Amino acid sequence: MVDMRVEIGGVRLANPVMPASGTFADGLDKAVDFERLGAMVIKTITRELRVGNALPRVCETPEGMLNSIGIPSKGMPYFHEETLPTYARYATPLVVSISAPTVDGFASLAEEVSLPGVAAIEINISCPNLEADGQAFANHVDSTERAVAAIRRRTSLPLWAKLSPNVTDVAEIGRAAEAAGADALVVANTFLAMAVDIESQRPRLGSVTGGLSGPAIRPIVVRMTYQCARAVDIPVIGCGGIATAEDAIEYMLAGASAVQVGTVTFVHPTAMISVLEGIEDYCVRRGYERVTDLVGALSVEEADETDMEWVDPLR
Amino acid sequence: MKSPDPGAAPCLATAHSITAAEFDCEVIENDAVNPEYMHIVATADPLATSIRAGQFFHMLCPKDGPNGPFFRRPMSVYRADPEAGTVAFLYKVTGSGTRALATLAPGDRLDLFGPLGVGFSLEPGWRRIVVVGRGVGLATLAPLAELAAANGIGVTAVLSARSPAVMMSADRFAAAGADVIEVTDAEGTSGPARLERVLRGLIADGKADAFFTCGSNRLLLLLQRLGREFGIPGQVALEQQMACGLGMCFCCVREFRVDGGVAHRRVCWDGPVFDLQEAISW
Repeated sequence: MVDMRVEIGGVRLANPVMPASGTFADGLDKAVDFERLGAMVIKTITRELRVGNALPRVCETPEGMLNSIGIPSKGMPYFHEETLPTYARYATPLVVSISAPTVDGFASLAEEVSLPGVAAIEINISCPNLEADGQAFANHVDSTERAVAAIRRRTSLPLWAKLSPNVTDVAEIGRAAEAAGADALVVANTFLAMAVDIESQRPRLGSVTGGLSGPAIRPIVVRMTYQCARAVDIPVIGCGGIATAEDAIEYMLAGASAVQVGTVTFVHPTAMISVLEGIEDYCVRRGYERVTDLVGALSVEEADETDMEWVDPLR
Repeated sequence: MKSPDPGAAPCLATAHSITAAEFDCEVIENDAVNPEYMHIVATADPLATSIRAGQFFHMLCPKDGPNGPFFRRPMSVYRADPEAGTVAFLYKVTGSGTRALATLAPGDRLDLFGPLGVGFSLEPGWRRIVVVGRGVGLATLAPLAELAAANGIGVTAVLSARSPAVMMSADRFAAAGADVIEVTDAEGTSGPARLERVLRGLIADGKADAFFTCGSNRLLLLLQRLGREFGIPGQVALEQQMACGLGMCFCCVREFRVDGGVAHRRVCWDGPVFDLQEAISW
């Protein structure tokens, strides 16, 4: 019997497997028992009413998908009257993902969703589909700090900052989020990307660019998870192309304390359950009593000399 | 944190029931039924064969190369046979998903996820309905033949196709006791003016308590117009590109006329069968 419990930024989870925001909704309960999940991370809500982006909103890419859904949102009354009661039926912790176009908007929305029944807030400061050219708060250190700090002042709930992979140095952004008061990092959102239909000579998404997800991005995000986990003291939740238990274990060995499973759920709706069972099987096979023993267990052979040092040719 | 005292937790969901599942099915046949359409039959368990008319399965087509298909493909059920333990689909090879599907041979596996979506519904007061379909929409409408018969409702099926060679579901409706009217482009019988005369005749004969349609924008518009003129309700099955099939991703939204305004609805979750008058032609 493996102890599958993990604690993520002040939230105790029965296991480390949860959905990625945007790939989970109440309809999935046709196929999955939500009581088995580590957490329920719901699709990002906004205060603003949004209809969503132009169609087509998704297209297939090699081992992945490109989306520009644009966060259709029915606003806060719907959240209070419909969304919260729907998930109150489950004992599984509810994580509410929020987004806003301004720092003040983010902070006041965080305060508004700090309600009984909400275990943590995931702050989506990284959606590439909301602003022109994929700009987002998490693309820069200073805007990350400003947003997280402002939100921190308005809620006592655990804050999970979802980072953008569309940056040069993701660890630097992660450190900024930690310093501003984030309790955990989610690494990462989708990659700003584009695909073209060569027959119609048109972009394959209605909004031209979108976010790339799925197995195609996994090795890049494993690297980012590794870099962030080394850079911060708060837990890192790995998110990017996880389709199997092996993928999730790879993330955990690289430093992730928990994982979010996203795009694969669109193809295999029960994937989160097989990921969870596969992690437990691996722990049994490898003799781990606690799933937390996997976190950062990666062994890297240290060279006794720095072999990538620049050597002055004149020396 | 919620429910600090587990004993005080208010009626938490227990005994979760699965109503849609991923089925690993065996292909029994996968053959051309006419120059354009294929018919695939696969084994299925009781949950799968409980699928209702107008509902769909989300089908995992085999990989046909490095570029996919990655997503599942939604396909409305053509026939579900609980006694034989089979489900069947009619499809036309049009893209990478259906091209890959056409390569399956008896004995191969086919991954079906479902049943999904909101299917057709018959109101108790209806005695005679008119089913009007075209092209691959005829496959979606076919299960209405037995559903109506089982409910003691008479059916007139007006089936439209490009040519008699690609006409489908006529035998199916006839076997269930429906009156069948076949019209084709090749015979010059499928034009909207002629169809309107046929439909007005059926209305005059008291045979149209409700309209059911799928597969043609032109037919949808015609039925909406006649429905408004005579106060006849109806249902339309719509298609849209889908990813998740469970209402999660919001990629299959379409616009609908609701309460004097426009509402966005998800075809996979709120449909694929919608109120005839609320649908907006494409």
